[in-house]
Amino acid sequence: MLFASRSFCCLGIRTYQLRTDLHSRSIKLSASATMAFRHKNTRRIEGLDSNVWVEFTKVAADPSIVNLGQGLPDISPPSYVKEELAKTAAVDRLNQYTRGFGHPSLVKALSQVYERVCGRKIDPLTDILVTVGAYGSLFSTIQALIEEGDEVIIIEPFYDCYEPMVKMAGAKPVFIPLRYKNNGNSASSADWVLDPAELANKFNSKTKAIILNTPHNPIGKVFTREELQVIADLCIKHDTLCISDEVYEWLVYKGNKHVKIATLPGMWERTITIGSAGKTYSVTGWKLGWSIGPQNLIKHLQVVHQNTLYTCPTPLQEALAQAFWIDYKRMDDPDCYFYSLSRELESKRDRMAQLLQEAGLKPVIPDGGYFMIVDVSTLNVDLSDVDEKQPYDYKFVKWMIRSKKLSAIPLSAFCGPETKREFEKYIRFCFIKKDGTLDAAEAILKNWNKQTA
Amino acid sequence: EIFKLTSFLSLSLQAKMSRSVQAQRLEGTDKNIWVEFVKLAATYSTVNLGQGFPDFPPPDFLKEAFVRALSGENHMLHQYTRAFGHPPLVKILAQFFGKLLGRDLDPMTNVMVTVGAYQALFCCFQAFVEEGDEVIIIEPFFDCYEPMVKMAGGTPVFVPLRPKAPKDGKLMSSADWQLDPAELASKFSERTKAIILNSPNNPLGKVFSRGELELIADLCVKHDVLCISDEVYEWLVYDGKEHIRIASLRGMWDRTVIIGSAGKTFSATGWKVGWTVGPNRLLQHLRTVHQNSVYHCATVAQEAVAQGFQRELELYGKPDSYFVQLPKELQRKRDWLVQSLDAVGMNPIVPEGTYFLVADISKFKSDVPDVPDSDEPYDSRFAKWMVKNKGLAAIPLSAFYSGAHKNNYNHFIRFCFAKEEATLKAANDILQKWKQEKNSP
Repeated sequence: MLFASRSFCCLGIRTYQLRTDLHSRSIKLSASATMAFRHKNTRRIEGLDSNVWVEFTKVAADPSIVNLGQGLPDISPPSYVKEELAKTAAVDRLNQYTRGFGHPSLVKALSQVYERVCGRKIDPLTDILVTVGAYGSLFSTIQALIEEGDEVIIIEPFYDCYEPMVKMAGAKPVFIPLRYKNNGNSASSADWVLDPAELANKFNSKTKAIILNTPHNPIGKVFTREELQVIADLCIKHDTLCISDEVYEWLVYKGNKHVKIATLPGMWERTITIGSAGKTYSVTGWKLGWSIGPQNLIKHLQVVHQNTLYTCPTPLQEALAQAFWIDYKRMDDPDCYFYSLSRELESKRDRMAQLLQEAGLKPVIPDGGYFMIVDVSTLNVDLSDVDEKQPYDYKFVKWMIRSKKLSAIPLSAFCGPETKREFEKYIRFCFIKKDGTLDAAEAILKNWNKQTA
Repeated sequence: EIFKLTSFLSLSLQAKMSRSVQAQRLEGTDKNIWVEFVKLAATYSTVNLGQGFPDFPPPDFLKEAFVRALSGENHMLHQYTRAFGHPPLVKILAQFFGKLLGRDLDPMTNVMVTVGAYQALFCCFQAFVEEGDEVIIIEPFFDCYEPMVKMAGGTPVFVPLRPKAPKDGKLMSSADWQLDPAELASKFSERTKAIILNSPNNPLGKVFSRGELELIADLCVKHDVLCISDEVYEWLVYDGKEHIRIASLRGMWDRTVIIGSAGKTFSATGWKVGWTVGPNRLLQHLRTVHQNSVYHCATVAQEAVAQGFQRELELYGKPDSYFVQLPKELQRKRDWLVQSLDAVGMNPIVPEGTYFLVADISKFKSDVPDVPDSDEPYDSRFAKWMVKNKGLAAIPLSAFYSGAHKNNYNHFIRFCFAKEEATLKAANDILQKWKQEKNSP
């Protein structure tokens, strides 16, 4: 079909060329006949145009809605972070281009912080790439190392961009779900686990990489060292790369420890570890992230970066570097923002969990991150009359926004096609919100039962 | 040892290990002249007229807008904004460019904000170019076009601007570098998906005339080809010349994506705020690429740029407008550098636009002898010698040509003149001293 229409359009062009009359009307006619084909998008983005955020951020933008959907803080970043950015505008050279792969003072600061965390030497110039958010790091990593013929293992539920990015690189996503294993009453994110045999089955000679996200969005699971060892063993056995999305690395609650898979034996050389300023400093709008790994992998990410946007904004990088120096110096101090934010969020987590429990719901208490998922099927909201062909949780969230003025994100947005049925009874709440927002959510949840029939 | 090891590993694992770890799309895209020349300038230069960025600050009103945005009560400017562009920015861009194009533009569908014009270019190639597609690139070109086309799987097809001898006694102008119409027409084929146009042109400073644009437009319409129009230097036009937007020509709006840059518009290259303007039918695909690559652009700079444009909309055409002041200031600097170079025999090609100037180094060749079998183009060796020995950094023109054509015009170097007077004066001192050394025995 494609080839037939192509030769037709060529015939059209040759016929046109015989004409000596260059009147604009005839130009427009033959052009519009071929226009639809010629201006078609590339195959690589086919089917990648829809996006849960575009759909739900629009719906929730109404200020009367209590927005616990999209993961953005409505609390203020620490004042020194804001001050550092304000200072940069006054320094002339900070308004012009900086080093493409990362502003020198920032990569230096990152190497210091992560050398300490990882217990190994990290070269700021060769082992680090600064990107436009962790999103940009995921993109650079996938474009650099993944292509047609490759398979990439994605653990469900997953941060929604992993699947389209793998597809855009021409590769095949292979899904494996976290499964709820506990039959007890109170659910924890730790109860969601991978089946080791099932996981092993997903690896084959085509498996180029596995994407790991710990602490995990949306469940909040913090993978234990033992769980990471299972993954690491398989990566080493099959010579697979590991793309480790650790944006919530500092947001880990009491009794839990964030373990970096890159620090396990045999893993540094095959792992790209991704971090985020937005999540570290509550500044999602700065869109700065980084990839850390061995030079022989990072160099390919740098090539992608130099051919996509070349350099990240200078003032933001300088301000971030200064903020990192402030906290690096107090990494032994409980007041370090990396720890104080986590403590602040733990109490918000506990409050959110309580509100949901009091409304008769069973939230999954996260060990890390700032999201909480909850099974809403127990509320028995009948939405069978809504004839949109969307999963239950999509319909539920839209209904909840309309009738309760509370927003969340449907969990099936984070699943592959096979598991959407399993996860469509869950929705995700974001709790990195100021007290006023949580108060408003509380009011809605308290009144919930009064309004449903 | 190795024999034992390979027999130990499974065949499939051996197969995987023998494949390179990186994706094939990176093939031929890893070389980048800036990495090398920026390092050289940082190490050796006392006067850096190499990489294209101003050494003077952005205008006060812009810096004030940035600080104002940060100091307000609203700390939500530190959080995500709308992915396809911060609403105040896309609204003012739609208004501003709508006025310039004589069209009603919808800020939500006809405008998209990107991380610099660089990322806008990336989105265009990823959205529309794939294996089997050809993209016409006019030489000399901003160097990223070629690797971006290749990374998208496309085939670059090059067509050169050819210098015509200037009138007797006159300095060559960027206007003297022209496309041969028949040669250009011959480059269009059934496989041509797009042409990338850069006017005003980096590195030559050429401002394409209406006639030249109509030539390109007619071919685009005839062959139903897309036009990616890189207009980042749109305000830097001298001698009363007019920057004409190809999208405003007949039949072109529907097939053109216009690219702009706050970095060049407001002398703030480090902010990395760019945009695309075009019909929704094309921009929808740029949005798909954008949402699957970087998704959001940083919020604060977008807010400040929006305010900058608001001011310029109000002052449009008036003497206080930055878009009037900046080209006036840069024209002076251009003329100063032209004089400097002319005085020492490094014949400048007077640019009609941009803040770049290309000069002919033929008269200085004796300083850097030819190396017949060298892989490296002459102008590149010359520029490296110059920064190391004279402390003056510039970029070889061969950097802006495809591999096969790097030796076609290898006796030119590019200077950036968006520099403080002190910098330009220091450059002049180096050139004068150099000339004296050449003349004395």
